[in-house]
Amino acid sequence: MKKHVFIIGGGVAGAEAASQLVKMGFDVTLAEKETQIGGKLNQWDRLFPSKRKAAEVLDFINKNLVDSKARVLFNTEISKISKQNGGYKIYAGIEECTADAILISTGYDVFNARIKEEYGYGIYENVITSVDLEEMFRNGNKIFNSNKEEPKRIGFVHCVGSRDEKVGNHYCSQVCCVTAVKQAMEVKEILPRAEVYCFYMDLRMFGLQFEDLYRESQEKWGVNFIRGRVSEAAENIDGTILIKVEDTLAGRPLKMKVDLLVLMVGFVPSAGTTEIGKMLNLDLTPENFLKPADEHLDTSSTNLKGVFIAGTCKSPKTIADTFADARAATLKIKEFLEGSEK
Amino acid sequence: MIIEGKKTVWSQYQKNIAGDHYFYIRSCIRQNLFPGSETAFMRIMQQELGKDIFEDANHTTCTGIGYHTDIVPIETTMTVVARLFALMTERGYENMITSCITSFGVLSEILETWKEFPETEARTRDFLKKATGREFKVPKDMAHASDIIYKFRKEIGEKGIRKLINAKTGEKLRVVEHIGCHYSKMFPQKGVGGAEFPYVLIGMIEDWGGEVVDYPERRHCCGFGFRQYFIKANRGFSIACSKKKFESMKPFKPDFIITNCPGCNYFLDRWQYVISEMEGKTYGEDQNGIPVLTYEEVAGLVLGYDPWDLGMQMHQVGVEPLLDKMGVEFDPAKKFLGKNGNSLGVPEKPNVLNFCC
Repeated sequence: MKKHVFIIGGGVAGAEAASQLVKMGFDVTLAEKETQIGGKLNQWDRLFPSKRKAAEVLDFINKNLVDSKARVLFNTEISKISKQNGGYKIYAGIEECTADAILISTGYDVFNARIKEEYGYGIYENVITSVDLEEMFRNGNKIFNSNKEEPKRIGFVHCVGSRDEKVGNHYCSQVCCVTAVKQAMEVKEILPRAEVYCFYMDLRMFGLQFEDLYRESQEKWGVNFIRGRVSEAAENIDGTILIKVEDTLAGRPLKMKVDLLVLMVGFVPSAGTTEIGKMLNLDLTPENFLKPADEHLDTSSTNLKGVFIAGTCKSPKTIADTFADARAATLKIKEFLEGSEK
Repeated sequence: MIIEGKKTVWSQYQKNIAGDHYFYIRSCIRQNLFPGSETAFMRIMQQELGKDIFEDANHTTCTGIGYHTDIVPIETTMTVVARLFALMTERGYENMITSCITSFGVLSEILETWKEFPETEARTRDFLKKATGREFKVPKDMAHASDIIYKFRKEIGEKGIRKLINAKTGEKLRVVEHIGCHYSKMFPQKGVGGAEFPYVLIGMIEDWGGEVVDYPERRHCCGFGFRQYFIKANRGFSIACSKKKFESMKPFKPDFIITNCPGCNYFLDRWQYVISEMEGKTYGEDQNGIPVLTYEEVAGLVLGYDPWDLGMQMHQVGVEPLLDKMGVEFDPAKKFLGKNGNSLGVPEKPNVLNFCC
């Protein structure tokens, strides 16, 4: 009889792991709380560094999942998980499933920018997040401010909710810097005459081609980079946004009016990640992501036998790293299930 | 501006404010600059709201100004504040109200320090015992006087005889608010509405019929910022801060400024006169300034108090255009007469700023 793996969360990691595990010969059930596969990737238009359409990646994981014939439960949330006969019993929506192993791929949430009250997200109409901007790209590349006018000057604020002691998030969210560079270039593609400013602490261009993107954004597109954190945003009488920032390279404070301010929101553990972690009493990292059994040697197992983790439920990741991590987890699950037969 | 977003922030910063039995600590500078405000506060508390509020003639400074200018060491400040707590304890009170924002900040800072570092509280108790023989309990509830007015704003509004509306046009008066740095910038949870979008004054204005307008430099320092003013060489920076605010609020055409802090009230008022003399600039209509009122003065006007009883003749920016706008009856001849009918002295007329005297 085939071993059964229950996957919680149908984002990139969960969907990719599902199709890989079926290929390995396991029965797979995937529970997704939304109505579609892909998670946060559905909110994205194009991906760094190549600006490939996110839809291509979504098509890839959707096709693989359909072809694999893995069982997918949409609109399904997990209410309880209990141990049973060396495996687990999972209460998924109205169903009760048993599984020999569980893979948690519950992902991340974007940082709630309202917590950074000084930037006025949710209060000033022309303060938006990187996710909101991506939605504008997806909706036909129309970028407007609240007056339905094309913005002439746009500011990007890096590290919103990341590397920020004030909000309790000390870690780097990894992808925001390069996303800001990507989005700044996309804005210039759509609005060539607009002035674009990125306000950063330092730029963490760790991936291949990321540094090239940073260079291209300046040389080809004329994006301005100012090293300094924005201290506050306020609304002018015409709805434009007045920002105050310290230009640390010039060594002086700077005040600037922008028509649109984009907050580069970082990663936080998703509500689902926190909930499942609590339900199973899983160990957490100091940042409240799910903690792997070993930070170097086994990043897919957890403190609970037969429970595995993949993707951004354990740390911020790029799409490429999420794929790699999901595949690594499937190998670990295979090793566990086949080892348990012996 | 998305008002629902603001309401979400406000809902996250609501604090417990005691309903009665207060021990009141006055401000050092307010009694000299705007003495009518504290008198009005006592009148509102006792006569309008029927609250038990007590002030002790033996109370002293909290040392705030000396502390923030590095003249008084923290150990001394803690011991002086401990003595204030001892006076409160001896009189059988548990709820303390400060008139001054800086006192509120100093007391909050000390209480938080004692919580985080209990040895500092033990040391302070020891100092106080040795110096005065006194002992104390920390306040059960500590509020700024504006918190109390905020708490009872609806009762004040109901008792009031007028609203913050233009009597001629029926339009809401446009108000800009300034809460002062020491109210909630140090401890956002201790201020109604937090630090970025404070609500304490807005709640009063809204309930009394006015409209609060945001302006870009709303959060900026009033210009007092102790080191800016008390160090004489920095006074240019002080007035530059105030000017930045006036320039920023002017396009919004505010009818008046409401303040929370003694220093803010003083500097936003006096620097308008100085700017008018230095540069010939005024920020209100028709060469008037923008009147700068304390929350007690605003409450007093709502309740129908005589503006001269409220001490509004102490303002360097004339309040008469605002009083006319609100339909407040007043006797111009009594502006500079004391309660005993004697002249208080009439100030010299400014060169640029309109001023009725």
